[in-house]
Amino acid sequence: MSVETLPQSSIPITSPLRPRFGFLTSTPIIATATVLLALIVLVSILAPLIAPHDPIQLSPSQRLKPSSAQFLLGTDAYGRDLASRVLYGGRISLLIGIGSAILSIVIGLAIGLVSGFFKLVDAVLMRVMDGLMAMPSILLAIAVVSLSGASLWTVLIAITIPEIPRVARLVRSVVLSAREEPYVEAAISVGSSLPKIMWRHLMPNTVAPLIVQGTYICASAILTEAILSFLGAGISPETPTWGNIMAEGRQYFQIKPSLIFWPGLLLSIAILSINLIGDAARDALDPRMKQREGK
Amino acid sequence: MDSGLATSSRPGMTERIDVSNIILDINNLVVSVGKKPGGPKIIDDISIQVRERETLCLVGESGSGKSVTSLTTMGLLPKGTLVPTAGSIRLVGEELLAATDRRLRQLRATQMAMIFQEPMTALNPVVPVGRQIDEVLRAHTSLDAKARKKRILDMMEQVHLPQVERIFASYPHRLSGGQRQRIMIAMALVLEPKLLIADEPTTALDVTTQKQILTLIRELQRDHGTAVLFITHDMGVVAEIADRVAVMRQGRLVETGPLDTVLRNPTMEYTRNLLSAVPSLVPRAARPETKEPVVLEANELSKVYKERAFFGKGREVVAADKVTLTLRKGRTLGIVGESGSGKSTVARCIVRLIDPTSGGVRLAGREIADISRRLLQPHRQKIQIVFQDPYRSLNPRVTVGESIAEGPINYGVAHTKAMKRARELLELVGLPADAVSRYPHQFSGGQRQRIAIARALALDPDVLVADEAVSALDVSVQAQVLDLLDEIQTRLGIAILFITHDLRVAAQICDEVVVMQHGRVVEQGPAAEVLTHPKQAYTRALLDAAPGRGWDFANFRPVAEGVGATL
Repeated sequence: MSVETLPQSSIPITSPLRPRFGFLTSTPIIATATVLLALIVLVSILAPLIAPHDPIQLSPSQRLKPSSAQFLLGTDAYGRDLASRVLYGGRISLLIGIGSAILSIVIGLAIGLVSGFFKLVDAVLMRVMDGLMAMPSILLAIAVVSLSGASLWTVLIAITIPEIPRVARLVRSVVLSAREEPYVEAAISVGSSLPKIMWRHLMPNTVAPLIVQGTYICASAILTEAILSFLGAGISPETPTWGNIMAEGRQYFQIKPSLIFWPGLLLSIAILSINLIGDAARDALDPRMKQREGK
Repeated sequence: MDSGLATSSRPGMTERIDVSNIILDINNLVVSVGKKPGGPKIIDDISIQVRERETLCLVGESGSGKSVTSLTTMGLLPKGTLVPTAGSIRLVGEELLAATDRRLRQLRATQMAMIFQEPMTALNPVVPVGRQIDEVLRAHTSLDAKARKKRILDMMEQVHLPQVERIFASYPHRLSGGQRQRIMIAMALVLEPKLLIADEPTTALDVTTQKQILTLIRELQRDHGTAVLFITHDMGVVAEIADRVAVMRQGRLVETGPLDTVLRNPTMEYTRNLLSAVPSLVPRAARPETKEPVVLEANELSKVYKERAFFGKGREVVAADKVTLTLRKGRTLGIVGESGSGKSTVARCIVRLIDPTSGGVRLAGREIADISRRLLQPHRQKIQIVFQDPYRSLNPRVTVGESIAEGPINYGVAHTKAMKRARELLELVGLPADAVSRYPHQFSGGQRQRIAIARALALDPDVLVADEAVSALDVSVQAQVLDLLDEIQTRLGIAILFITHDLRVAAQICDEVVVMQHGRVVEQGPAAEVLTHPKQAYTRALLDAAPGRGWDFANFRPVAEGVGATL
């Protein structure tokens, strides 16, 4: 019997399972979400260029003006331009969202990898994580912020900490199942060092689930930041964030609902888009989901 | 059990005469991918008939379309992806391809039934097995609870389950693999269907259990007159159970005929090759004794798994119990045994993937069983392992070349030099050197196993441990990989520790054999000695259970005739 023929060399040499981003436009809804999110990000980045007014400058004579040519969405109780504040607000919200996602993934990945591999460390680290998970995240964040004062960094850290256990557990579970794979045992038997095994054979398995988890963290961090600001435990009130704008607008809601409507709308669109993209990412990166759909 | 006798008592002579008793009649069946007629054909123009009281074995290697044929018959094809585009399937005269889903559901329990390879996944783990059989009866009969139970218990007795009342109320995980398969058979046959489709029903079972299940299917078929479509890749099983054989390859029917004719006078080249690739149970000629140095020694090696319990005493499971073995340079030592015999545990202790509880492993004169991982590092390269599943033993995200070069790089070889060596090794194992830059998913199972062997050889080990290294491969590929191992051994003088459950494979590659059961060595000695004149009852039972042991497939004759001819 002849030796099996090798696959055609015309087959492009591709790596399997490397995340691809084609899913971002897979359905009209996902494509809309991608476009909307891209718009919000773009507008937030370009806020200093396109915002018509200074978002912090107070002008008491212009309080609670309706929409006009000068103030596109009117002004708030301190006479600041609402449109400019909403544009600037997106900067903080998105920064917190993305920063918290990256930070919690980096820390969670390290903890997860280590505890997936060392039983003793695992027992200690996982109990710490259990403890963290048992604390209500908003209360934890309020405690951290009130202990160390409100700044972008403390808010970022306060929001990140409660997210870490979930990432760590996710990574740990991936590592636990991946380390049983024969290719990991093969790496052990050819004498690969532990860091090499982790980096080369275990870490890549976590990329896809972490991308998915990252989107959820991003959305939930934006929401948490808004809640903290709304409760007055976030970044100082004069800094425009979506949460701050809504918190201040609350008192004037009956006179001028648009103070809550516009930041609320952008917040909802941003979070909905991120979550939709996260779902699409999970469907695209997790082959089991695809099978379940029977496609 | 003698297959020769069994077939001669059921001659295929009546084939053309009686048309009335044809149960399953598949005619010119074509199954394509997708709805369009131009799509690739998975099944291409197949016609087979199965009669009452007859077993037709559908044989073929993986990807030959044998399972798709059975799923098409059952109406279980994944909707929309695989579509029957031409031909007909008739069950007792009724066209199945035109039947509605509703009708098919009715037919599936009452007229045709199927049993699968993996009885654990086919049973619902959270429902007692008795109730699972009961569901079939409730859906398709109007019997009351008492009558149903009586019928179920009766059926369970027919499949020779012990203590039927107790098993009736048991959950699947409490039963052994063989018992689960019996439950599946009971469930399939409780409504006395005309046709039983068995898709590799014994592949996941040990040989001794396999033999019992095959006997059981035969017996029930005799009592109930069921037509059986039996799908398998194992020629041994074919010889045990088939009346007629249909050989498939790449979706086409290669050859069909009565068992005896196909095994003795295969007309097609492919069938001949397939049969020639089946390793013989008769051990190969013994190689002369050698005075080469001992490279690997295991001394009273034991592995005990302790289950710690929070309350009360923990349970101890002895996976390997005082296993002693010796392997000389250039020789092959086989460890054979059924699942759970501890053969893999021994292999993994020797390679130090797990730490033995007690006992010693001497590798090239150096004790490695209890040294720390750091001290072990320089010795790792002397012993390498090839795993069973070639689809999981290579990291899918790393190129073949990098996988092979990983070991040498760990031991200080420069990257470019290691990659150059990887190319040489790929050629040594019969793959083109330019395969280095490809990823594993571009290779077939056999090719991947060659890559795994190349990776193991990259460190120039003294000992190669092959843990069921050919068990997941098709026979023809298996034969090639065995040849490759043999060739490498002659060329490099490497010692091989070969772990297998397949006595045929062991007979063809081993110089010495160790038979294990329940973690203990039952018998050990030269392969020819152990496999032809076993001293222990267990070894004898294993040999007896080896399917198709009466046939010398490669020479197209029963073993008895071969012996007669040479005497």
